Amino acid sequence: MTLGEIVKELGLEVLTGNINLNKEIKSGYVSDLLSDVIANIEQDSIWITIQRHINILGVAKLKDVIAIVIPRNLSVEEEVIKKAKEEGIAILRDRRNAFEITGLLYNMLKKAQNK
Amino acid sequence: MLNNSFRFTPHITLEFKIEEKDFFIASESASRIKKTLQQLGIKQDIIKRTAIIIYEAAMNVAIHAIHGALKVYVDPEVISVVTEDVGPGIENVELAMKEGYSTAPQEIREMGFGAGMGLPNIKQCSDELVIDTKIGEGTTLKAKIYLNKNHE
Ligand SMILES: Nc1ncnc2c1ncn2[C@@H]1O[C@H](COP(=O)(O)OP(=O)(O)OP(=O)(O)O)[C@@H](O)[C@H]1O
Ligand SMILES: [Mg+2]
Repeated sequence: MTLGEIVKELGLEVLTGNINLNKEIKSGYVSDLLSDVIANIEQDSIWITIQRHINILGVAKLKDVIAIVIPRNLSVEEEVIKKAKEEGIAILRDRRNAFEITGLLYNMLKKAQNK
Repeated sequence: MLNNSFRFTPHITLEFKIEEKDFFIASESASRIKKTLQQLGIKQDIIKRTAIIIYEAAMNVAIHAIHGALKVYVDPEVISVVTEDVGPGIENVELAMKEGYSTAPQEIREMGFGAGMGLPNIKQCSDELVIDTKIGEGTTLKAKIYLNKNHE
């Protein structure tokens, strides 16, 4: 399932333009602790976190994260969006909380993989 | 004798300076070394583990020490990751190795660091780990990852 398909189906807000929309999402991870993400996130994942500090991009780059989803419409600084574009990491946002977004995403990815 | 010393000369040495609160250098250097190892055709699992060790060790210097350096040696049989820092040192290494133990201040935790998972992650990813530390002086961490050894 591509990031673009996920964005469309869940109606996510895209903060980084066309970046990575045609990339295939294989897996996902939810955590706000960077060491936990570094140790456990799989390649080609979508990462749900309320962390919005510029450091999340270093973690995302190192782990080949395709997209970061920010819940509850939390604000993201322009500097972070700019850097994300440079690094080729998509940043998405949604009004729902991390629990709801994760549930929806999990079901979508499972369904797509079972096809 | 000369032969001997040649045998232990690293094939590739990569070095990075780490300044206080430089949160970028850990992921930058880990990403750069990851690329180098990929070009060398090193196994995916080894690259993954090496990158985690580099990130966590360098981040610890940036967060907990004053300044330091990261050195990575790539030899035919082994990758060595070394961080040396000038800093407070670690009072109780055994305690520091425990998952969840952290002395990171609140503002650091708010950024998502300070879970107390860095050293346990490093331990888990390395085949050998040595930490030398002196209170009030600094810490040296050496981790080895063997290229042809099963890691459990
Ligand atoms: N280079 C260092 N200099 C001084 N103290 C250190 C150093 N590295 C680790 N420590 C001490 O060991 C503790 C545990 O380190 P560890 O990396 O496991 O967790 P953390 O850095 O606090 O959090 P996390 O790595 O999850 O972001 C630290 O909180 C700190 O007290
Ligand atoms: Mg740490």
